[in-house]
Amino acid sequence: MHSEITFTLDGERVSVDCNPLRRLLDVLREDFNLVGVKEGCGEGECGACAVIVDGKLVNSCIVPVGAVNGAEILTIEGIKKTEIFGKIADAFAQMGAVQCGFCTPGMIVATYAILNQNPKPSRKEIVEGLSGNLCRCTGMNIIIEAVEMAAKNIAR
Amino acid sequence: MSERISMSVERVDAREKIYGEALYIGDYRFEDMLFAKTVRSKVPRAKILNVKIPALPDGYFVVDRDDVPGKNRVKILVYDQPYFADGVVNYIGEPILLVVGPEREKVFEIARKVEVEYEEIPPILTIDDALSGKNQPIYGDDNCFVDYHYEKGNVKNAFANAETIVEGEYETGYQEHLYIEPQGVAAVFDGEKITIYGSMQCPYYIKRALAECLALDEKNVRVVQVTTGGAFGGKEEYPSLIAGQAAVAAMKTQKPVKLILDRTEDIMVSTKRHPSRTRYRAAIDADGKVIALDVDIIFDGGAYAGLSDVVLQRGMFSAAGVYNIPNISVHGRAVATNKVPTGAFRGFGAPQVFFAIERLFDKIASKLGENPVDLRLRHAISQGDFTATGGIMRQPVKIPEMVEKLEKMSDFRSKIGKSLPGDEPHIKRGYGLSLFFHGCGFTGNGENIIAAEAKLKKHSDGKVEILVANTEMGQGALTALRKIVAETLKIQFDDVIYELPDTDRVPDSGPTVASRTTMIVGGLLKKAAEEMRERWNEADEFEIMKKYHHPDYIRWNQETFEGDAYPTYSFGANVAEVDVDTITGEIAVRHIWAVFDVGITIDEVLMRGQAQGGVVQGTGYATIEVMEAQAGRLLQSTITDYTIPTTKDVPLVECAFIDNPYEYGPFGAKCAGELTLVGAAPAIAAAVENAIGREIVRIPIKPEEIIKKLD
Ligand code: FES
Ligand code: FES
Repeated sequence: MHSEITFTLDGERVSVDCNPLRRLLDVLREDFNLVGVKEGCGEGECGACAVIVDGKLVNSCIVPVGAVNGAEILTIEGIKKTEIFGKIADAFAQMGAVQCGFCTPGMIVATYAILNQNPKPSRKEIVEGLSGNLCRCTGMNIIIEAVEMAAKNIAR
Repeated sequence: MSERISMSVERVDAREKIYGEALYIGDYRFEDMLFAKTVRSKVPRAKILNVKIPALPDGYFVVDRDDVPGKNRVKILVYDQPYFADGVVNYIGEPILLVVGPEREKVFEIARKVEVEYEEIPPILTIDDALSGKNQPIYGDDNCFVDYHYEKGNVKNAFANAETIVEGEYETGYQEHLYIEPQGVAAVFDGEKITIYGSMQCPYYIKRALAECLALDEKNVRVVQVTTGGAFGGKEEYPSLIAGQAAVAAMKTQKPVKLILDRTEDIMVSTKRHPSRTRYRAAIDADGKVIALDVDIIFDGGAYAGLSDVVLQRGMFSAAGVYNIPNISVHGRAVATNKVPTGAFRGFGAPQVFFAIERLFDKIASKLGENPVDLRLRHAISQGDFTATGGIMRQPVKIPEMVEKLEKMSDFRSKIGKSLPGDEPHIKRGYGLSLFFHGCGFTGNGENIIAAEAKLKKHSDGKVEILVANTEMGQGALTALRKIVAETLKIQFDDVIYELPDTDRVPDSGPTVASRTTMIVGGLLKKAAEEMRERWNEADEFEIMKKYHHPDYIRWNQETFEGDAYPTYSFGANVAEVDVDTITGEIAVRHIWAVFDVGITIDEVLMRGQAQGGVVQGTGYATIEVMEAQAGRLLQSTITDYTIPTTKDVPLVECAFIDNPYEYGPFGAKCAGELTLVGAAPAIAAAVENAIGREIVRIPIKPEEIIKKLD
């Protein structure tokens, strides 16, 4: 029941030959050593495993790898190379939006998804865009503020 | 916040975490590593008659009690739960054995096929059951892990002279830590020495427990913390259990073994905050002064003792709240039930009791027809007063200033105690106030028993290394302790080295719990740094070690619970604004204003992070974080069922800090991390009560209960 699945991963064309039912999360972590993609729940509820598939934020723990055949996937590794990443990183660091850090890569991915779609999001849009990502340390307000700050600094 | 030390620096671990480069235990791979899966009890209480293991393919093993070379009990305060069930099980989820092997899926499949045959024993499922003597006790003769009493003054007399008596009974539910990184460890055995890598708060707890479990000399047990994805007390005692299991498996198989809990497993079997029931009677004299409190506290400890003893003590020592009460009698019990063991959780027994005492004070206010703010201020403890245990409140207490600051921030005084209109006709708005403290460091003589050691090492390149056992779990220890040392030595922040602890390299500076790291360990490091500064040119390389002793003023009797239960206290005051939907019963916590006195903050941004996170965690505790057991089984076992605040639930949180330097804390710092969680629940409950005009005596406050009250 193996099959070859091909997709674009952080800008590079790759393929894997495996059971198409394997979780995308496991393929990213185990086959590509992308350990910045975290597993917090495995049930699609925490956002620690968030990646962007064809421009949309998804939780990779509930996506079978077979479903991304031909898709374009962006993980924290790819986002690191984008132009706006530096501003996002600075804002998170300055605002104290990082504590234990386990939610952080997922938060950065979600933030990128918000700002990539809409460089001037309202607070409401930020709240909406981050609502699938849990953070138990910061209380979330600080992260919302970090996204606001990143947006402001990118606009500058 | 005028102090230099409070000015924020970028935390040292921010970038690697943002870049997704920080490695957590799940990210580690060891050569030839085996995966482990735990087979657990499916019943709350039973004898194990038989365990049927399917045929094991080559390279797959089962690890159980017969494989434990040493003592099959986790050493916490007492020899506690077995690493692997020892013929009986006492809660659903109790570990019976591990299946280990090279392929995860295969391991899981084998684990599913293990069959356990039970002979069920009538379980004890509730606090009432636990005390009824109906079923055979789980622990001792009376089924209490501990049963304590202390008294100050003469409570009987005071009640005889009372003009008014007010009574209340209050209940709090479970709370799950829900750190986003689940529990996990890896064990590596080299034929002589075991090394544990893992997500943890207390490397030396694990080291000591494992030496006994594995019958190894302590020098042959090494514990290394790796980046830890949140803990909140949940990784205080629990990791010793899974570290022991993984270690036994590694010794048996002679291969590295990794044991990571999946989320459901973690929710079902890791420790929780103790559910509680607290009864108060208050004696009030003709002038409206509360002259005595008679308190009965019961914590549900679950199936094993764990840390219930000390969790209960902290609760008991909080029984008078922030008030000066001349006569108080406190009876406390931690009872055994056939449910998941409860344990350490940010606040450590205090949140339950502060919820109760603050609710009681609101009840007294309404009985006396007095504004709840005035009643509180009239009774607030001040410098020189006696605490509940008859210790002396030695440092200045700034409660009046804190309330004044809250008033400036929120304008709450005119709004409290009323049901106000919300934005729509079916919405009611209310405001509530809470005052609270947190006793800094270990309870009682704990710090003297631990006698923490902290080391500072000067390297030949002029860098200075912090060698302590304290862990970074998100709270910012790596940054805060570096700041203390850099500032004292007047060297660059970047020239201070502080790595995650490895017990082969660091002395035992005690566990990272009880909000003690900055105040106690930071205090030791400050002293070491002061000495190093004086001796700086003495040699290219040298070390200074400092050992903790309580300041001389502390008097404490651990037998009678008399004296200074804590060296000092941090204080907090919260105001909550809530909207209650009178049709759905839904509660929206809109805004929380919070003022804290933590002495001097070591870093503004870190402190604000603690405050924001703590207040929101306390908000969840009061509202949406519902966890209940039925027939010994937790009904909420996934994040879908056990919800924590998301961006859509969080209130706006505005925090402020009042300077109140503590002479014995580094740069004046007191404790901070736990305090921030304590006040949200009582403030929210008071606000809901005010909004709907019905008494709230239980958290979490569930919509269906609101509806029932309004019917
Ligand atoms: S791990 Fe995928 S959503 Fe939590
Ligand atoms: S920083 Fe710990 S979960 Fe977000």
